[in-house]
Amino acid sequence: MAEVKSAEFKKASGRALRDEKLQHSLEHVMEHFVGARASVIENDFGDENWEAMRTRAAAIKQSTLEHLDYYLDMVDRSVRRNGGHVYFADDAAQANAIVLDIAKRNGVKTVIKSKSMVSEEMGINHILEREGIEPVETDLGEYIIQLAGETPFHIIAPAMHKTRQEVSALFQEWLKTAPTQDIKRLCVYARDALREKFAAADMGISGANFVVAETGTVCLVTNEGNGRMTTSAPRIHVVLAGMEKIVPAVEDLALFLRLLPRSATGQRITSYNTFVGGPRAPSDEDGPEEFHLVLVDNGRLNLLRDEVMREALRCIRCGACLNHCPVYRKIGGHAYGWVYSGPIGAIVTPPMTNMKVARDLPYASTLCGTCKDVCPVKIDIPRLLLHLRHKVAEGALGERSTTWMERLFVGQWHGAMRNRKALEGKANLGRLLTRPFARGGKVRKLPFAPMVSGWTASRDFPAPAPRSFARLWREELAHDNAHPNGTEQG
Amino acid sequence: MKVLRRLGVDVSFPEDQTCCGQIAFNGGFRSRAADVAKHFLDVFENEEQVVVPSGSCASMIKVYYRELFEDDPETLERAQAVGEKTREFSDYIVNVVGTSDVGAASEGLVTYHDACHLLRELRIKEAPRDLIGGVRGVELQEMENSDACCGFGGLFSVKFPEISTAILDEKLKTIAESGAGAVVANDCGCLMHIRGAMERRGMNICAMHLAELLAEDGTDG
Ligand code: SF4
Repeated sequence: MAEVKSAEFKKASGRALRDEKLQHSLEHVMEHFVGARASVIENDFGDENWEAMRTRAAAIKQSTLEHLDYYLDMVDRSVRRNGGHVYFADDAAQANAIVLDIAKRNGVKTVIKSKSMVSEEMGINHILEREGIEPVETDLGEYIIQLAGETPFHIIAPAMHKTRQEVSALFQEWLKTAPTQDIKRLCVYARDALREKFAAADMGISGANFVVAETGTVCLVTNEGNGRMTTSAPRIHVVLAGMEKIVPAVEDLALFLRLLPRSATGQRITSYNTFVGGPRAPSDEDGPEEFHLVLVDNGRLNLLRDEVMREALRCIRCGACLNHCPVYRKIGGHAYGWVYSGPIGAIVTPPMTNMKVARDLPYASTLCGTCKDVCPVKIDIPRLLLHLRHKVAEGALGERSTTWMERLFVGQWHGAMRNRKALEGKANLGRLLTRPFARGGKVRKLPFAPMVSGWTASRDFPAPAPRSFARLWREELAHDNAHPNGTEQG
Repeated sequence: MKVLRRLGVDVSFPEDQTCCGQIAFNGGFRSRAADVAKHFLDVFENEEQVVVPSGSCASMIKVYYRELFEDDPETLERAQAVGEKTREFSDYIVNVVGTSDVGAASEGLVTYHDACHLLRELRIKEAPRDLIGGVRGVELQEMENSDACCGFGGLFSVKFPEISTAILDEKLKTIAESGAGAVVANDCGCLMHIRGAMERRGMNICAMHLAELLAEDGTDG
């Protein structure tokens, strides 16, 4: 499985904040996605209809999850009926082994891949390379980050952090092309390089945006046509899909294919919607000879089993929550330390990987709630973040991981807040302790309190008022209650 | 308090009150939060109406107590009863007292920051704007993206101060660009955060709670 570096969240986010180029790209790309989404929704549906569509999509996905065993079985039967093979993989290692086995059995040398986040979870490229099989990403963004040896920066725009200069440098190094700043030229270079691979590949690996249970159809949504090439040109087609990708019927796609591109990039429809029904039939002129669908768990059961977290599996990976998240918009995707970033990354990474390693992620949110408002399947992300925080603070031994400082703080707070006298005592102590640092009602620096000194590095902290409101009330305000117009209001 | 009294509301301040428990709840320390929330219920249960000056506290009481006491039906019932009679300050004045003119007077351009919980948990958007509009001599000048988060997020601002400040920078920029002399918000957390940075940077804009603006009667600018 891809390495989980979420423990580095704080350091990595600091680096991103100081990277001016990155800040610039983030601002522009996010602004573009947000604007495009808002206007297409307003033009096409209006808030009310959009809301109704989201509600329906959430209900369809939720009910599929509630009966997932039933639908998994249906997918299995449908795909086999179409002449394909179905596998269930518990984790990344199993999934990798299944793919490797198919590749080896068929003497595969080159694999072309269209975008698949599950394959990122699996870290399959390294596994294939180790066995002497060349994996080539064919989504332009994925191709760029593959050359750079990085992980996706954004669910739908994996290389959005790369400038044209950086891409040109990568192409010069790997493809031996001439330097250029012209984006069209760069695309031509990539296209030339990839065409060769498309022609040579024996196996195509794709992800799946949706898997239709009733018909066994795999639906892919792409903008570059590489998905269509991957699924039709090579002899063998392998689909890697998270087991939550299922929708019951083809009709459901009518709804989801409206929601997904609009939420993601503000497009009405993506350039290519590809529907794959299995291997080539005797009457077909082309298409793969073999079709394999690998349904992957890899931590998803941890979400499914938890009644509160289950709804996270409704996610259709549109990226809207990233684009609208004030935190993601500042730190980008890599700081989250695994495959998924932004609000959705913060809720799925800890349960899917390791609660302790990813303990910072549920806290890496202001809980502003914008994600929940834009999510096309209405995942209540703030609620799920709070649920995970509860696990970090008070959960089972294997999940709990707060620092002694946090526990000390909460203990003190708990003591003070159940009793006004205790609170006033502590407040008086606070007044005494902060007095030497207060100037004109402000505290500019609090050196002895590590939890607060982060605050005062950039902001003044209000010095405690010389007397509490309760005292003010007792000593002055309470007596004014005989107001001339003092009527009861209720 | 001054404003409510001016409206003829009989206001009391139960002296035993402390905190709604949100900070621990948001930290994940639910059992600790529940103790403090119960204290809150003890103190306020017998009041006729509870008016809260901060959007996030109001949303804690009205929305998140339901979650906190999910497995404790008895307290849940009490919490729901208190939640129902709890109103956020601006909502109370406009929708319970029924006025947007509290007889306040000041001067200048004022811009309004939509605090996240007020807007997205309680869906209160118009009431504070109506009240600002009702202040004589004051004009409301909307800033761009008034509904964008200021980066406070309670614990978040302490745990991740760098990210929090970077988000705040955007907010300060839009506040300054609005040309207003003051920014009003209905959340004490956001205000502490925004004010703290404006003062540190010597910005000549004042960050005030809506109640502070409404308390002005034009005599002291
Ligand atoms: S959580 Fe919702 S908004 Fe975020 S990527 Fe998934 S579907 Fe899109």
